[in-house]
Amino acid sequence: MPIDIDIAHVARLARLALTEEELEGYRRQLGDILEHAAHVQDLDTSSVTPTAHPLGFVNAFRDDEVCPSLERAEVLAAAPEAREGYFVVPPALEGS
Amino acid sequence: MSVLEGWEAVIGIEVHVELLTQSKMFCGCKVGFGDEPNMNVCPTCLGLPGALPVPNRTAIEWISKIGMALNCEISETSVFHRKNYFYADLPKNYQISQFDIPVCHDGFLDVAVDGDTVRIGIERAHQEEDTGKSLHMGEGGRIHAATETLLDFNRSGVPLVEIVSKPDIRTAAQARAYAQELRNVILELDVSDAKLEEGSMRFDANISVRQEGAPEFGTKVEIKNMNSFRSLERAVAYEIERQVDEITSGGTVIQETRHWDEEAGVTHGMRTKEGSSDYRYFTEPDLVPIVIDATWQAEIRQSLPELPAERRARYADLGLDPHLAGVLAGADADLRAVFDHAVDAGADAKAAAIWITGEVTAWLRREDTAPGDSPLTGEWLAALVAMVSDSKVSASAAKDVLDGVMRGEGAPEAVAEGRDLIQISDAGAIAAAVDEVLAANPDAVERYQAGEQKVVGFLVGQVMRATQGKAEPKLVNELLREKLS
Repeated sequence: MPIDIDIAHVARLARLALTEEELEGYRRQLGDILEHAAHVQDLDTSSVTPTAHPLGFVNAFRDDEVCPSLERAEVLAAAPEAREGYFVVPPALEGS
Repeated sequence: MSVLEGWEAVIGIEVHVELLTQSKMFCGCKVGFGDEPNMNVCPTCLGLPGALPVPNRTAIEWISKIGMALNCEISETSVFHRKNYFYADLPKNYQISQFDIPVCHDGFLDVAVDGDTVRIGIERAHQEEDTGKSLHMGEGGRIHAATETLLDFNRSGVPLVEIVSKPDIRTAAQARAYAQELRNVILELDVSDAKLEEGSMRFDANISVRQEGAPEFGTKVEIKNMNSFRSLERAVAYEIERQVDEITSGGTVIQETRHWDEEAGVTHGMRTKEGSSDYRYFTEPDLVPIVIDATWQAEIRQSLPELPAERRARYADLGLDPHLAGVLAGADADLRAVFDHAVDAGADAKAAAIWITGEVTAWLRREDTAPGDSPLTGEWLAALVAMVSDSKVSASAAKDVLDGVMRGEGAPEAVAEGRDLIQISDAGAIAAAVDEVLAANPDAVERYQAGEQKVVGFLVGQVMRATQGKAEPKLVNELLREKLS
């Protein structure tokens, strides 16, 4: 059963400007993926332990210790625009 | 408020608290407020490709402490998720947060409101990272007139705990009381400075209204930008009334985010609409699960201090009324220690509490002195309380004694003697003064004997004057009446 996808919305969330043709292609590909996932969901996994991560270990932590940060001049040199220690970017409007 | 008659508000509050760890959540950059911009940044908190996050163990312990203090269950296993969205202050384009398995869930906080205790459920508390800070430059700093945005990533990656209440709050006053009590708990745990004005504690409110008794919730509106407890209370009160007005005048409430305008005292719609699915949460592949097993939980639980509610209950057990217990529970820790020691030394708890929250606090404020710098000890406070109850000094002289103690003149007894404040409670000495006063005021004596009872007050005053205020007033009164009759 084909799954209904608002592909334009998905593209907008990912900030991708896609042509009609590309949208159609991705709709088909994403649809295949979702269908496959739906098949997997049909399987009886009641005897399988849930897995959050393929690595078989937990609790990889660091101690709460301060390490040296980068040189600011070096950091800002990588930015298209910087001023008085800040990165400068086009106006960012909430919700736009 | 008559428009609100028959309506009920349903309110949930989301609180964000920045943890005051030494280093950030996923990298070793310093956590600091007020540093020069972009001094505490590295590939991880700048979101540079290839950088890998490593969680701060202390932050995980602290969020567990928060959860335990809020009576939450601690998830033995929890996982991090990526919350995906685009905004300039989030350079990775996703925030590392938690989704379906937070560290803490299903707790509660008891809050005192107008003499009643209201239990507010806690839905969850999860660990995430803060974003950078944006400064919108342009006309008057107004966001909509901005021509460019300046970014500072010092705050990016600071450990952030989001605490979500259940929709158990019904009034603006409850909303405020909940936020204040939560802040007290956080401060007690010593895991954040929880400064509203600096943004290390921030809150959003979800508000809907329904007719009393209605089974369904109304449409929910999220209110942002409240920077004080007062503005939280005002914003919630305003929004409840706005929604009821909207419905009773034939309109509908739309699900939206609204911005509180402190100056105008109103909320404005922000026309943003984001569903949870738009964040496309998925498990953070760079981080393995967190397991806080029973042993670790027990260790963390051991480090919990006495919490404000426990302290209020302990004070109430000592015989303090709820108001006094509440004021004392909110007093400075050094002052509370003096109180506890005074009670241990045998002081009457109520008297000691009144001294601490009244005269001692007033003295420190007047003299601009930190509680920790005062020489007052619990033993001395107990001695002072005893001197008053044993009538060794009068109530007003006791304030002078305290002044001397606070100025380092020594123990209360020494101060009272040094400042010549000991009451004369020797009946013989007072009787002599009474005789003198009666002899010097024959007309007053005559008026009393003619039935003018209130003249006693004048005579007591004269005796007090003759004894430089040191005679015990009760004894003076007794002796006077005895000799006059």
